[in-house]
Amino acid sequence: MTRVGLIRLAVIVAMIGALELACQTGLIRHQTIIPPSEMATSLYALLASGAINADIERTLGIIVIVIAVSIVLGFALGLVIHALPRLREALDPLFATYYAVPIFIFYPVLIAIFGLSPIPIVLIGVATAVVAMIIATLNGLDRVPRVLTKVARVHRLDAVTTAMTLQLPAAAPYLFTGVKLSVSYGFIAVIAAEFILSPAGLGRDIADAYSDFNNRRMYALILFLLIIATVVNTVLHVLDVRWAERRAGGRT
Amino acid sequence: MTATRRATDTLIIAAVVLVVWKILHEIAGSTALPAPLATMAYLVHMVPTARFADNAAATLQAFGLALLLAYGIGLAIGVWMGAHRLSGAVGEPILVVIYSLPKITLYPVVLLIFGLGISGKVAFGAMHGILPVALLTMGAIRAIPQVYLRAARTLHLSPWQTITTVLLPAALPEVFTGLRIGFTVTLLGVLLGEMFASKLGLGSMIMSDMSLAQSEDMVTVAIILFVFAACANALLLWIEHRLHRRV
Amino acid sequence: MNAVPRDIHAQLSAVTRVFPGAGNQPPVDALGPIDLDLRKAEFFAVVGPSGCGKSTFLEVLAGLQRPTAGTVTFEGKPVSGEVAEGIGVVFQEDASFPWLTVWDNAAFGLRRSGVAEAEIRRRVDDALAFMGLKGFARAYPSQLSGGMRQRVCISRTLVLQPRLILLDEPFGALDAQTRLLMGDEVLRLWRSTGATVLLITHALDEAAMLADRVGAMSARPGRFIEIIDTGWPRERDSKIVAEPAFGEITGRLWDRLRGESLKALGHAGMTTTAAG
Repeated sequence: MTRVGLIRLAVIVAMIGALELACQTGLIRHQTIIPPSEMATSLYALLASGAINADIERTLGIIVIVIAVSIVLGFALGLVIHALPRLREALDPLFATYYAVPIFIFYPVLIAIFGLSPIPIVLIGVATAVVAMIIATLNGLDRVPRVLTKVARVHRLDAVTTAMTLQLPAAAPYLFTGVKLSVSYGFIAVIAAEFILSPAGLGRDIADAYSDFNNRRMYALILFLLIIATVVNTVLHVLDVRWAERRAGGRT
Repeated sequence: MTATRRATDTLIIAAVVLVVWKILHEIAGSTALPAPLATMAYLVHMVPTARFADNAAATLQAFGLALLLAYGIGLAIGVWMGAHRLSGAVGEPILVVIYSLPKITLYPVVLLIFGLGISGKVAFGAMHGILPVALLTMGAIRAIPQVYLRAARTLHLSPWQTITTVLLPAALPEVFTGLRIGFTVTLLGVLLGEMFASKLGLGSMIMSDMSLAQSEDMVTVAIILFVFAACANALLLWIEHRLHRRV
Repeated sequence: MNAVPRDIHAQLSAVTRVFPGAGNQPPVDALGPIDLDLRKAEFFAVVGPSGCGKSTFLEVLAGLQRPTAGTVTFEGKPVSGEVAEGIGVVFQEDASFPWLTVWDNAAFGLRRSGVAEAEIRRRVDDALAFMGLKGFARAYPSQLSGGMRQRVCISRTLVLQPRLILLDEPFGALDAQTRLLMGDEVLRLWRSTGATVLLITHALDEAAMLADRVGAMSARPGRFIEIIDTGWPRERDSKIVAEPAFGEITGRLWDRLRGESLKALGHAGMTTTAAG
């Protein structure tokens, strides 16, 4: 690991250690935050007991569906919009403002329409993530050097072959950024939805534990979600950084 | 020609949205989703009411405070991490990862620390806004050409003068992008906070509307928030473009 | 030949500059040892292959970097760590501030030194007129060409009325014809301000044409292999490239520097773990 990486690890460990110390010595009250060690043991016990397995399946299942739909739908829509410049121009102000407005505020409206089921959660998740994928797809297709399409025509390739063998690989780094964002937004939207209002799921669990004053359970669940989200997002971020070299290196 | 074509295209898109809305309304029924025209009529009646004004004021107050905190703390962190290479290298991935996490999971912790009043919402909103402001400010400072610093020394500027008359203007366009994005996410954070645990504010107004099946009120408030956010963003974007054009 | 101390404007004695190695790399011997007496009001050019330490030399002389060993003095006083009053520097990269107009760019240094407003206006107008930028006072640097932006930077330095002007490859990014014309500009500037000018360049012909004395610098670590007296009259311009003496001087410079340039090329391909 690099020197910077080691320092970073040390900083993180030091912060957790400081929190642990502050909790154990009573600097931070037990009713407010429990020591990280207790969070970990509580989580382990919770997982071992299998009590939250159903909720884990449900939440992660919904997230996976949201991400998959957003990526596929976003890519497909991106392809279509890219092929229709006039449509793209008309939709441009929409894309520019989409992430400037709190889309999530529509979640209660979706509940009113579809009832208290996974459907509004999936819908709000896809609504949040899909546009990032569309924008990334448009960007990626833009960046495909024109000369590649000319090469395709010289080789007399058909549209599908051109797309699969030339455009897709050339646009891939940008598409990956879209994937990374879709994953991140998918997590955020689904967890928030479950938290605000949902019959079941990890988000709902945390909200319940909070109102029940059950700190041990609440912090265990929070830790679980944070670990999963951190691992997934970090892996994608590292991959994205590696692909970023491909994005920048193409010019020179 | 293109201007009129743009205008007609926008109108077509707007018309499509209204048509889809109307269709969904027919399918879902008024209690779930009111018709577009009914919503517009309701909007006109609702805005001047005291109930709306009180809730809007509460949200604006929390939002304003959260924004000040987000900007202040975010800029400070961003400047420090941008100027101090090692801190920037160590801290940037940490900030980037936190930025991607579902921060709502931490909201109960915020509530436990700050309580259920306005402080909780403000803290939660600020938590959201600090990150883009810090990350983009850091990037802006790193991007300042080294030669500016050398030029400042040859012009015998004091450190304070260097910061205020050279570094700040040089970094301003990108810093402003951070401020614009920070605006959006801070608003979202405050609204989320209100939706979960608050009796006052537009977010909680939407939630209570939903439980009381007052769909017109709910959709109207959502639209007002959208329009507010969109206009504010457009204004900030316009300022941002003017800053960028000089550079 | 011993110059009378009064005539010496700046002096470097046994100056070296060593850069500490990054991580586990060995330290880099960038410059020196350098011994140089800069005479008052002379035009001195430094020529050498890339990476030989010319810019480091300029920055040490200006006070932007501290020497690892040796002393630097300007007007009898030691130079250390900060740029002395009376020294002006024009850099290779574009240092014009894009958020200020040409006029405000030029006035920038003056504004902060407490000079009266009327005097500022006079000096800036004069400097811009002198550099041929009068019509562009309200324009922004992004609207100007590279050459004009450099002239903005020169104007910004000029208004401070420096007694020693350091130019670090200021015309590096310009095309050949513009360089010749800018050379004439610099000569004009030198004559009318009466300042001492030190110009860094990699172009032999530029150095030979502009300077009273040319210092040929070796490959890294840079040392002066030879200092050639050109003997040009003070009133000169780019037309001297036609003089036979010009060819002799450039010939001599290339003679000395050819080997160094080859060395520099070889250095560029080697990793730092090889020969120091």
